[in-house]
Amino acid sequence: MSNIIKPDDNTLSKPLYAPIKRRSFFIYAGATAGVTALALAGCSDDSDDNSSFIDVGANDVGVLNYAYALEQLEAAFYAQVIAGGYYLNTASAAEKQVFQDLALHEKIHVDFFRQAISAANATPLKNLTPDFSAINFGERTSVLNAAKAFEDLGVAAYNGAGQYIQDASYLTIAGKIVSVEARHAALIRDLITFNSFVGDDVVDFSTTGASARQEKSKSPSQVLETANMYLADGSKLSANSLR
Amino acid sequence: MDLFKIISDIEKVDPEVYDRFDTRRRVFKHISGMGKAVTAATLPGLLGTMFNKAYGQSSNLSTEIVQTLNLALQLEYLEYHYYDTGLKTSGLIPSADIPAITIIRDDELGHINALRAVLGSQAFSPNDPTRAAFDYTAGGKLPDPFANSANFYGTGQAFVDTGVRAYKGGAPSLMSNKAILTAALNIHSVEARHSSHLRLLRRGGVSATADVTNLNAKPKSWISGTDNGGPVPAVTAPVYGAGSDANHPAESNVTQANINVQTSSTAPTGLTITAAAASEAFDEPLDAAAVKAIARNFRSAVGATAGLFN
Repeated sequence: MSNIIKPDDNTLSKPLYAPIKRRSFFIYAGATAGVTALALAGCSDDSDDNSSFIDVGANDVGVLNYAYALEQLEAAFYAQVIAGGYYLNTASAAEKQVFQDLALHEKIHVDFFRQAISAANATPLKNLTPDFSAINFGERTSVLNAAKAFEDLGVAAYNGAGQYIQDASYLTIAGKIVSVEARHAALIRDLITFNSFVGDDVVDFSTTGASARQEKSKSPSQVLETANMYLADGSKLSANSLR
Repeated sequence: MDLFKIISDIEKVDPEVYDRFDTRRRVFKHISGMGKAVTAATLPGLLGTMFNKAYGQSSNLSTEIVQTLNLALQLEYLEYHYYDTGLKTSGLIPSADIPAITIIRDDELGHINALRAVLGSQAFSPNDPTRAAFDYTAGGKLPDPFANSANFYGTGQAFVDTGVRAYKGGAPSLMSNKAILTAALNIHSVEARHSSHLRLLRRGGVSATADVTNLNAKPKSWISGTDNGGPVPAVTAPVYGAGSDANHPAESNVTQANINVQTSSTAPTGLTITAAAASEAFDEPLDAAAVKAIARNFRSAVGATAGLFN
């Protein structure tokens, strides 16, 4: 590997060489010890770890609690939406119908996960305290943009966590929910900008290759980085054991 | 081309990418062994080799995975030719909707290419089924979908909802291969986005409300109950109905993991959890036999001869 990226290798084109140079860390770590590179990369992800973070746990229960946390965030958000100025004063009849449904669906998901986790003889996460101070519930644009963020995040989260599920019945449950979240996401995006139900921010727009036209799923750490922005101190999450 | 940027991007969707390469160290040895013979011109080919070695597992895919992906691939062709024919039918699709239908058509093409890349020589056919393999009127039982946009979106909704249920039903059979499972999940949600948009178009756009007394024509963006059987119940009811066994209930199902999600949920302030809402919150999978039975309605004599959806 190091042979092809030696700085003095003039058979390489400049555009190829230059960007690699910026990532010299990977050149050294990746070429000789991929495992070390992984471990080091993991360290930087963990560097914002804090003992006050609530870890969702391991194995299937960890995935269920991870989903439960995200659903709590969404349900709390829509509960505030339907009590807020935008919904009450300016939303169209069509938009009201949509937000009522979203509030219902997400609350149903929350109540389902809490019971399903208990039924698995495990302990559900506590009731999380959201921090929606960045959202203006009186303003349509603010509400829709937040809804888009939550819904797209939910889809990417479920898709990214599917591989950690060991029990097929839980994978099916996750599949039953993620497509509903994707329906939500597409509609919210269309409400913001018509025809943006699929966009290159959430889907790989190449038409060839292994990930062509597929959702850009996210790892739990990527997801929680965003989710934690909407959770109060003491309710912020980690998922250090989902793998 | 920035190899490490590419790998980094892959890591975003596949956190185990480094593991993949690492467990196949010969890939790196192979490349380093090429030494200075590697040039910018040959690198893309080498990268292809490297990624094929990491992801391309065509030679040792389980029968279950091959069967699941081949059904998905056939459904993607059904959809691709449908939208492609629509786009090529002058005056059919309102100009405001052409960008959306183009995206959907191209998404199906991407899915075809991705599935073929995984399946390799185990794809159901080395050749692409042509438009002639499909009969989008279901033997005359459906109105001509290319006659007007209402017909077009109606039948399209039935296809995409079948596809969403098929991917969902197939997912457990892919669990032994995490990369393939994740790819399928990442296709599944894109199909659900398509369904949401087609349903939006069918009810009349962003300012139109769904009509819960006429979900056939003015559906929500999600499946409510069984949507009264869908766009044309005589043909599309099975798209929303029960599958072949108790694990594949109809879309109106409200019991999830033995929990009645209607009666055991507490409604948000001011709202009521109806059976409709409880059913909407969960989509349902469909088993392969039920999916094939639906899809066989839409193969022509050519498609039947080719063995599509057998």
